[in-house]
Amino acid sequence: MNLSLATGAQWDWAFAWEILPQLLSAMRVTVTATLLGMSLAVFGGLLLVMMRRSHIKTLSRSGYWTIEFIRGTPLLIQLYFFYYVLPEYGLQQSAMVTGVLALGLHYSSYMAEVYRAGIDAVPKGQWEAATALNFPPKRTFFTLILPQAIPPIVPASGNYLVAMFKDSVLLSTITVTEVLYTARDDIGSDRFRYLEPLTLVGVLFLIVSLISVAGIRRLERHLEKKR
Amino acid sequence: MSFAPPFDLLPPLLVGLGKTLQLTAGGILLCVLLALFAGLGKVSGIPPLRWLANIYVEIFRGTSALVQLFWFFFVLPFFGVSLEPMLAGILVLGLNSGAYGAEVVRGAIQAVSHGQKEAATALGFTPRQTLWRILLPQAVVSMLPPMSNVFIELLKNSALVSVISVHDLTFVAQIHRADSLRTTAIFSIVLVLYFAVAQGLSRGMSFLEKRLSRGRDLGGVKA
Repeated sequence: MNLSLATGAQWDWAFAWEILPQLLSAMRVTVTATLLGMSLAVFGGLLLVMMRRSHIKTLSRSGYWTIEFIRGTPLLIQLYFFYYVLPEYGLQQSAMVTGVLALGLHYSSYMAEVYRAGIDAVPKGQWEAATALNFPPKRTFFTLILPQAIPPIVPASGNYLVAMFKDSVLLSTITVTEVLYTARDDIGSDRFRYLEPLTLVGVLFLIVSLISVAGIRRLERHLEKKR
Repeated sequence: MSFAPPFDLLPPLLVGLGKTLQLTAGGILLCVLLALFAGLGKVSGIPPLRWLANIYVEIFRGTSALVQLFWFFFVLPFFGVSLEPMLAGILVLGLNSGAYGAEVVRGAIQAVSHGQKEAATALGFTPRQTLWRILLPQAVVSMLPPMSNVFIELLKNSALVSVISVHDLTFVAQIHRADSLRTTAIFSIVLVLYFAVAQGLSRGMSFLEKRLSRGRDLGGVKA
């Protein structure tokens, strides 16, 4: 099948087939960045939500504003900030590390909200029971509340994992050779063809997103049935 | 590293901010239109409309905004369609957020209680009247809070347009970073400016929500 219009633009299957392995191998970088970023966000989000729930007012207030600020500013600028500003203070890391840090920080603020929803959904009686049984607050939170809060928020976290996966292409702007960088800067500018590489990247993302979203929906239904 | 006062940086950055606001406004306009069309399409009784809306939503939610932007900017010229960077930017921002907005519209319409629809049918309203006079007016109020998030994501995504050389806030910041080497000052100002716009947007939306829900009986459910 040829996708041709009056201008003669043609989809070249041979070329698409030829570059696919290169794109798939670059996809590994994308996946690695996403998984590392998400691990950071899982911890960062927990830290932020603990700040937010703190009884010390300055701590909870700074937690609130940190979350608002990170969520209210573009990931791209946060990425540039890490990439260009930190080295001026002697903190030089590779582009990949910078990218993972920025992704992790950005999504920490989203994860904090996810945790918050999960913790708020734990019945108040659980806290009261813990108090009645003389549990220390720290133990109540970590051994009683958190284990109940986490399973219901797994689907929401999954959605943010997919969102982060899609956002990880921003790392191409700071020269991480992930899939979009490979498509545009390595293949596209070398061969003067953007149609196949960029379309393939879109299709790859679409496939991964559709499969993940279907999986998350099944998980959601499964969790609902268990309740 | 230099700590000269950053006042001289403000004028060019504010010009960039103007472009960012234009992008955001244009994007929001397109986003609202598409969200309404696709959201209504998703709940439509006409199968082809539903399929079309679903395909649009899945494609634009399933791929990255940056990939979409590159596709519109680098691939469309292959087909003889060359877009100005600014136009490509607004188009992609609107199309991308419109797909998320469509889900908001669909959710809000489906959340209007079923009795409302039945009552409208019983009173002899046509489907069109039911939609415009019964369903949408009630759905709009519950659309606003999630729409506010969609708009803020759109504002944040507008920074991406700098990579196809639209002279927005991010682009101006990058130029001045290169020739003044006052990275910290520039990016701090830029972060604060984006944050201020995002806060303004979210305040504006909650004001609108309060105005529109004034005097409205929300069926005992506090929205």
